[in-house]
Amino acid sequence: MSFINYLSREINCKIVYYGPGLCGKTTNLQYIYNRTNPDAKGKMISLATETERTLFFDFLPLEIGEIRGFKTRFHLYTVPGQVFYDASRKLILKGVDGVVFVADSQMLRSEANIESMDNLRTNLAEQGYNLDALPYVIQYNKRDMPNISPVEELRRLLNTGNVPDFDAIATTGEGVFETLKSVAKLVLTELKRGAAR
Amino acid sequence: MASPQMVMYEEEFAQVQAVTNRLVQDSNARVVFVIDKNGQLISASGDTGDLDTTSLASLTAGTIAATGGIAELLREQEFATQYHEGVRQNVHIQVVSGRAILVVIFDNRTSLGLVRLRVKRATEHLTRIFEIVVAKAQDPFQSSPFAEITDDDIDNLFND
Repeated sequence: MSFINYLSREINCKIVYYGPGLCGKTTNLQYIYNRTNPDAKGKMISLATETERTLFFDFLPLEIGEIRGFKTRFHLYTVPGQVFYDASRKLILKGVDGVVFVADSQMLRSEANIESMDNLRTNLAEQGYNLDALPYVIQYNKRDMPNISPVEELRRLLNTGNVPDFDAIATTGEGVFETLKSVAKLVLTELKRGAAR
Repeated sequence: MASPQMVMYEEEFAQVQAVTNRLVQDSNARVVFVIDKNGQLISASGDTGDLDTTSLASLTAGTIAATGGIAELLREQEFATQYHEGVRQNVHIQVVSGRAILVVIFDNRTSLGLVRLRVKRATEHLTRIFEIVVAKAQDPFQSSPFAEITDDDIDNLFND
């Protein structure tokens, strides 16, 4: 749910990075944080365990510029990927404007990707959202690892709705900003469409 | 879409700000802020100088969401009030009409009793204001800034 403040002339939107455990959601946010001009970002918050696994969420506020005099801000969140944190994942999806599904390209994680995608659909549906109607993109991460599935196969398994998808190596930043720009653009286009209805 | 967009027009924003300004004074608090349940900061009053209000807003919404989850498991409606006691500072958190969160940060210049009392009155005022905000957001005749935005405007944002 976007938030528009006429007095401060701001538009705030929420984007959630979803995906199986250790797929690189936090790494995406860390790369964005490290490569963004200090004026355009707030502090990155990570609620993580001692072993740096996301416990509740990561949060990064990002300003991407002005549209017609309105400062446009995106609040980026990640969910904890581990299966047993499902209750937390549901909470973070509340009020979401756009979703990035980060898939782990390694063959061994194929099942975890599908399970996480199903979990995303279920958790969204519980809150009255339909993934196919939401601004949504997919990132095939870890393309530099050995034993990865071909993109065509990942696409066949995960991208049934033919949404924009990107190859990525989040640790080096490859594909990270392309993914973010794509979902941000879809969110703004959807808000514009909503205003016209 | 599950919930309508929240749009804060100048009139209601000024009213919210007036309530929080008054609450700072009446309760002798350090800072008062109002955020929406999704973690977006709506207004802040008091000594906000060195505070990272954006992060505070997101984390407060996170704790409210988490305790809301606990409430659901216990078949409670919600835990509308929370209090965190620190060594030098304390935080009082109050859910307002299920949509917004009123946060008061205070120290030993005041007391929890006074803060609670003043928060109660402020909550009543804010509830009325948010009813109007919600009604306006659902009014199809209210203009949205997005109505005038073109595809080119969006493309221009992402030109390197």
